[in-house]
This record gives sequence, C-alpha cells and structure tokens, in this order.
Amino acid sequence: METRELICIGCPLGCPLTVTVENNEVTSVTGNTCPRGDAYARKEVTNPTRIVTSTVRVSGGVSPMVSCKTASDIPKGKIFAVTESLKEVCVKAPVAIGDVVLANAAGTGVDVIATKNIEKA
Amino acid sequence: MKTYDLVIVGGGPAGLAAAVSARDNGIESILIIERDRELGGILNQCIHNGFGLHTFKEELTGPEYAARFAAQVYERGIEYKLNTMVMDITDDKVVTAMNRTDGLFEIQAKAIILAMGCRERSRGALNIPGYRPAGIYSAGTAQRLVNMEGFMPGKRVVILGSGDIGLIMARRMTFEGAKVLVVAELMPYSGGLKRNIVQCLDDFDIPLKLSHTVVDIEGKERVEAVVIAEVGPDRRPIPGTEIRYECDTLLLSCGLLPENELSRSAGVTLSPITSGPVVNDSLETNIDGVFACGNVLHVHDLVDYVSQEAAAAGKNAAKYILSGKNSEAKEVQIFPEGGVRYTVPATVRPTEMDDTLTVRFRVADVYKNRAIVTYFDNVEISRRKRPVMAPGEMEQVILTKAKLAEFPDLERITITLEEA
Amino acid sequence: MYDVAIIGAGVIGSAVARELSKYNVNACVIEREEDVCCGTSKANSAIIHAGFDAKPGTLKAKLNVRGNEMMDQLSKDLDIPFKRNGSLVVRTKDQDPAGLVELLEKAKANGVPRVRILNREELIAMEPNLSDDVVEALHAPTGAIVCPFHMTIAFAENAYENGVEFFLNTKVENIEKIQDGYKISTNKQVIEAKVVVNAAGVYSDVFNNMVSSRKLQVIARKGEYMLLDKAAGCHVNQTIFQLPSKMGKGVLVSPTVHGNLIVGPTACDIDDKEGTNTTQKYLDSIGPAAALSVKNVPLRQVITSFAGLRAHEVDGDFVIGEAEGAEGFFNAAGVESPGLSSAPAIGELLAGQIAEKLSLSKKDNFKATRKGILNPEKLTMEERNALIKEQPAYGNIICRCEMISEGEILDAIHRPLGARSLDGVKRRTRAGMGRCQSGFCSPRTMEILAREVPMAMSDISKSGGKSTYIVGTNKNI
Repeated sequence: METRELICIGCPLGCPLTVTVENNEVTSVTGNTCPRGDAYARKEVTNPTRIVTSTVRVSGGVSPMVSCKTASDIPKGKIFAVTESLKEVCVKAPVAIGDVVLANAAGTGVDVIATKNIEKA
Repeated sequence: MKTYDLVIVGGGPAGLAAAVSARDNGIESILIIERDRELGGILNQCIHNGFGLHTFKEELTGPEYAARFAAQVYERGIEYKLNTMVMDITDDKVVTAMNRTDGLFEIQAKAIILAMGCRERSRGALNIPGYRPAGIYSAGTAQRLVNMEGFMPGKRVVILGSGDIGLIMARRMTFEGAKVLVVAELMPYSGGLKRNIVQCLDDFDIPLKLSHTVVDIEGKERVEAVVIAEVGPDRRPIPGTEIRYECDTLLLSCGLLPENELSRSAGVTLSPITSGPVVNDSLETNIDGVFACGNVLHVHDLVDYVSQEAAAAGKNAAKYILSGKNSEAKEVQIFPEGGVRYTVPATVRPTEMDDTLTVRFRVADVYKNRAIVTYFDNVEISRRKRPVMAPGEMEQVILTKAKLAEFPDLERITITLEEA
Repeated sequence: MYDVAIIGAGVIGSAVARELSKYNVNACVIEREEDVCCGTSKANSAIIHAGFDAKPGTLKAKLNVRGNEMMDQLSKDLDIPFKRNGSLVVRTKDQDPAGLVELLEKAKANGVPRVRILNREELIAMEPNLSDDVVEALHAPTGAIVCPFHMTIAFAENAYENGVEFFLNTKVENIEKIQDGYKISTNKQVIEAKVVVNAAGVYSDVFNNMVSSRKLQVIARKGEYMLLDKAAGCHVNQTIFQLPSKMGKGVLVSPTVHGNLIVGPTACDIDDKEGTNTTQKYLDSIGPAAALSVKNVPLRQVITSFAGLRAHEVDGDFVIGEAEGAEGFFNAAGVESPGLSSAPAIGELLAGQIAEKLSLSKKDNFKATRKGILNPEKLTMEERNALIKEQPAYGNIICRCEMISEGEILDAIHRPLGARSLDGVKRRTRAGMGRCQSGFCSPRTMEILAREVPMAMSDISKSGGKSTYIVGTNKNI
C-alpha cells in the first residue's frame, strides 16, 4: 500500500488530497471537498490529464492572435505535442468562441477550440 | 453637461457585473467607461482556464468569462464607451473623461461605481538593485505581449514572485518554447494559488525557491543574468547564498496594487492595508453614492468573487439612486484581529444591510489548523475550522441580518483566528 | 571638414552646440548612444544650484553662478521646465556652526544673491518636515530645479534647428591631429574638424589624453538615487541639502520640477565608466542619510531607483578651454556637479572661445526659441477639445500614470532629433515615468513607435543597441 499527497487542481480552492493506492488501484481519496477532487485524484495517480490553453494566429482579424483551449483534458504527456501542433495553425477571422481551430490535436482525439471572438478587421 | 444615473469606471469583470446588476435592479441610465479597446479588462489576456466555477458552474478561460458578462451587457443595451480614459472624479460626482472622438468631456452622475482594478508592483517599487536593462517585465505586461499581441519577450526567464500571474506566465512561456529557469519568492510561502504551483511549475519541473529574492540584475543593454539569494527571517539576503542565472528576461509577479489615483483625487478614504477604499456593507465609500468593487477595492484571488461583489455594488448603487441618500443608520465597525489583516467591508449597518453579508479578508501568514471566529462584542457567533490558510487566498465570513438584530446595542464585531 | 565637431550630446555638448549655432559655423555633434541625454545628463539631481558651494575663484564657482543667472531667459526661450524653488543647506545640532558661516562667506564671494542663514523657527515655517535635529540653514532663493532631459533635448533640438548636425549611434574611437585640425575616427565614418570640443563626460580624460600634453584623470563617481511617487512630491518645497562633506554635497531631498520627490545621491568612486548599476548597500544608505535633514521621508513610495556617474577630475575643478599642447582641441572635461547648473555658461564660454579662434561671425537668422512638447494639462477644456478635434491622438491616453496622450508621443517621435526608443519617448514625454514604470504603456508605446518610425517590433528598444524588448514572435522563438 502506498499513499500520495496531491493538491487538487480541479478548481482554485486547491484542496490537499491524500490518495491511497494498492496494486495500482486507488483504494481511497480523502481531503477533497467535492466529487471533482475524487475524480482528479484517481486520474492523477493513474493517467494524469490537463487542459491546455494557448493561442493561434489569426489572419484578417482585429487581433493577430486568438486564444484557444483543448475542448477537454488531454494526457499530460501530450501537452508539448499539442502546443507544438498549434505553431502552424492560422485561422481566418471572424472567429467565434467554440470554433474548432485544430481538430484532433496531436492525435489526442481532442479538438482545440477558440476561447475568444475575433471580428474581421 | 451630460448626465447619467450611474457611471461605472472600468469595463473589466467588476464593472460589467456591476452594470448588469444595476440594470436588473431598475437603473436605466448607465454608462460604463473603459480605457481599453474592448470590454473585459485584464481577463482578455488571461487565456488560461480556472474562471467561473462558482458563477457558471463550469471552468472557463478569461476571455470566455469576459465574453459571457459582456454578452449580458449587450443584451441589456447598457451603454459603454471604449478607448476612453477617466481623467478625474470629483466628490460631487462629476466624471471627466477623454477619448479621440468625444474629446474631453464631463458627466454628472447620481452614483459612481469605482471598478478600475489594480496594477502590478514595478521593479522600481521593489527597489531591486542592479542595472536597468531591457528585459525586465511585470508578468502582466509579458502576458499581454504574448497572449494578445503574439510577441515573445524572452527565451530564458527568471521569475521573481510567485503571484498567480507569474506562475501562469511560467507555463505560458514554456508552452511557447522559452525556458523558465526558476521562480524566486521572497516569502516562505507562495503568493499564488496552490493549483497553479502544481500545474504551472511542478508539471514542468520549474523550481520554486521560497525565501529567495533577486539581489542583482546584470546586463547593461539587455538582461544577461539575474542573481538570486536566500533571505533570512528578516527578509534580507543572506551573503554567500547567491546563485547566478544566465537569462535574458526577468518577470516580476510581486503583488498587485489597487489603482486608486482617481478615488484619491475624489477624496475617497483609502485603507492603508488594502490600498483600496474603506467601504460599508453596501460597498459605499465615505463619499455618498460612490461605490467600489473588484480589485480596486481589494485584490481578489478569484474573479468569481469579484463578480459577486460587483453585483452587490451594482444593486446597492441602484438602491441609492432610486431612494436617494442613505439614511443615517448606525454603523458597527468590524475589527480584524489575530492574523486577519483587514475586512471588506470595514463597517456594517445592521438595519440597512441585506439579509446576508459576505465579509471577505486575507490572512497575514500561513496558518494551519486554525478556526475563523466571529464575535459580536464578546459573544462568539461563529467558528469555522480551516486546516490551512494562506495570504494568497481570500477567506470569508457570512453575517446575517437576523443574527445582528439580536444584538441591538452591538458596539463591535471582531473577526479573528484562533487555535482550532 | 567641419569647423567644429563636438564629442558628446549630453547637456554640455548640447549647450555648446546651441551657443555655437548662433554663429555662422559648420558644426556637428557626435554621440555614441542612440539619443541625446543618455549619460550623466540623464541621471543626476536635476538641480540648478545657486552657486555657494564651489571654492571662490574656481571655474565651478564662476560658471555655476553664471549658468544659474542664464536659466530664467533660457527656460523661457527653450521651453524648459524650470522652477526657482530655493534651496536650504541645513546644519544639525552636532555639526560645527562654522561650516555654515563658511558657506555663507563663499556664497558672498561667488556672488550668489540674497543668501542668508535662517534659524529653526524660520525654517520650520517654510519646511515643516525638516528633521528635529536641524538647528539652522543657509537659504539660497535662487536655487532651482529643472528637467535635465528637457534641458538637454531643448539645447540639442535648438542647435539642430540652427544647422548643427548630429551623428547618433556614432562612437569615437580615435582622435588624431592633422593639418588644420583633427581626424576623428568612429565606429561608422571618419569626421574631420578644425576644432574639437570634448564634452564626453566620464570619458573626457580619454579623449583629452589622445591629444593633449596635460593628461587628465577623470574618475566615475557613482551616485545612487531614489525617486518617489508624486504623492510624496510635497514632502519638502525647497531643495534640502546637508552641509557638504569630502565626498560631495551629501544626500539631498528635493521636489522635482515634475512633482516627484528625489532623494540622493550617494557617492562612491568606481573603476567602471559604465557602472550605472544600483547596489543594495548604497540604496539602503539613502534612507538613513536623508533622515539627517528631513524626517519621515516616505521611502515606501519609491517608484524607481537609479545611478548616475559624475565625471570627477582628480584636481577637483572643471577643465574648460583649449587643451595644452593641442591647438583647436577644447575641453569641457571633469564636468561633475554643478555641471548641469553650469552647462549654459560652459556653452557660452566655449562658443565664445571657439568663435574667436575661428573668427566666426554671428548668424543673422539664429532662431533663439524652441517650443517643447505640448503639455495639454495647461490647456483649458475648450482649447484641449479644439486640439483633439484637429488631432484626435491627443484624446488617446497612452500612459495612464502621467496621463500622456498619443499626440504627445507622436510629437516626440516626429520632432527634430525625435525619439526612436522607449527611453527616448519617456525622456521627452514622461510616458512610462510614472508609478507603474511603463508596465501599462510600454506595449502601446512600442506599437506607436513601430507604426510611426516605422520599424519592426523586434527592433524596438529601451535605449538602442541590444536593448530590444522582443526576441521573436509567439510560436517562433
């Protein structure tokens, strides 16, 4: 049996979690104040994931960049593959929140979507 | 002179939420004045996620959070002026502002909500010795350059201060290919949220050196190296502990200061602790009809709390506009003690307040296993255990009108920390 | 071949250039930095001294008093922010009263007008924040404060408008006597001139020693300062000096002409003529030193600290005039404090000597006046609105701390010898000089510079050379 101390990143409260792992299975999570904490802890010790936020270029818009995020979390190990894949992306204005700027980023099966509305210049 | 019932200075999260709330509480004539080219304020450059869990029950990025509030402003047809700088506010509520198209103009308001936000502490204010080359940025300035304008201010980065913007920028610059060498923090604890240490530093093996500060900046034209050293309990550098980092950039994330130049010129009383206005339960300053909310009032950790506070300010301003001057009700002062640095509000009017009042504050140090205890005079009213409290995170106590009514002769409210 | 080549576009070189431009002369100024006013002239106490401090009979004494006299007219003609706020040299209870009397005698000998010693009661009425230990002070009503940036820039702009050429980013590497004059080799071109003026600040010994038989030794004496927020600007009304010590004038506390409070300088001789870094040790010493004369200086309101290098010649006096064994090579060497105060007089003196040497005639069409960058705060609301209607940029505030509009920044860029860097904009307009120290306005000012000069964002610098801000575009570093 092994215990791990984590800080929940599910929300800004940052609850201190204690996770007990036995034979690669999570047997208990304590310290969380909501179900998100439990879910985070179980994932973090087995298959940690993150939301990635970044920007991509925009052409013809009022702003040269548009902010974006992965539509859901991706494996932690794929973070740099995703940021790298955004380098070459350039979207045309107008852009609306939720527009897919890159589908299936770095083979994660997760789309990267715009998080800001950019009007045409 | 143009007149409006309510002028809101600042179109960031506080100003937008205040406007929406004032409109929903019956005020038609509202003007938001924003100096930037779009509504949303600093949220537009905060492209990371973590906003809105309380307000929208989902995790949004800064621009998304801003867009939701901006949409509420648009839906309600609330007037706003962009690219407009407020130059002056007087105690009789004349707002002087300026932009390219209207020139310099004055507005007579019945009520004003101060929602100007805050600014970052600069290198100068920190008195860091060394040269003064290019390559020293406040974290927020770097954030604007990277996220909004698409420019990279450096490749090898040292960050002083573990405020949230600095932590976020450590990750952000890493994503864009920069190498973040270290984050140094003067205090023995981080000034940012714990989750940001995990997902912005730990995830990328960026070391956080607590009780360290910058003691020298090298490079006459562009930053060439930054020397950090450990500090003792007196926060003075300990000779012999210097470590030199070759880098081209120093980011500063060493605290935020409410931006109250306009408040001061209007005669608003400011708190030496928060650097924000001293307000009562309706978030009204010492000047009748001048309210404050958001980071201009006190620096918040979560934007959700800013929105809540601003909504209260908007509602209270509406009430003031519709019913005229507030009555001369009895005010009870809240005394922050035992590690509670301040409270917002600083006073409560038991007869005027809403049914519940959220009193927010920060603590002076990292405390473990303490309780937040509230006393009405000498009577303990509430006691809430907190396993960990830190200066980087806001705390709160909720007071109820019903409970206060049980103490008609109340002289003082005390909020303090005690052993749990 | 130029008639005159001036090395250094600090306040001295610029003052000489401006005075010379009154004559029919073919003159140039050679400056290694990307702008004028980049060395000692940009980092000093910003004081026009009354002139009581220097030893009677010295160049320092004569030129200071004369320079001070010239400032009323000059500040009007050239639109230089200047204020005769008066100065006090305070004596504390454990200091020898003889020191102040001696200073009074010097003041009289130097011809400083209306100087007298005031007792504590008189002093406190003027300056309630003087320290409790202050017993009396020498009062000099002609003491004044000035903007050293504007003073230097005004001289340079006016000289430029009167035909003087400026070579910026041009570093002098060697000076050689040739027939009829000197050959000046630089990192760019070779410049030949009949007369050379050495106004090279801390490097004035280096250039003198290339040609003169009298070798000079100029030591960089570092002075560190703290500049406080405008909220602290009224802490004292006059410039408060302490009784001088061997190392200089001690620490002064003074309002600046723009309404901040300045405290400093420290004094430390260093070997590095580029050593403009501040140090923990000396910054820490400023507060206690200031407290000797002024109490409760609100040091928490510091907005920036900086260091300047004073060009101290070991013999102690300015070295002004034709150098020994080097005909046509004129020194303005070892110009330390009161150099800023003496600058107008040094300009006048050297221009006169050079005019005589070269038999220059006065110009008929000398333009004696120059208009600075408009300060919209001095306009009425109607005037300001008329201006914005005509030039909407004046309605767009870029620097929120100092309330500087895009219009002023455009003027700074497009006027003669216009700004090409953020520091250049800052020195001309004050954009970025306020309490947030350019955190807010720097991205905006960069955008304006990029658009107006025009130049690439990646070339925009703090102060030329390698001091660029941007290392690449996002996604591509």
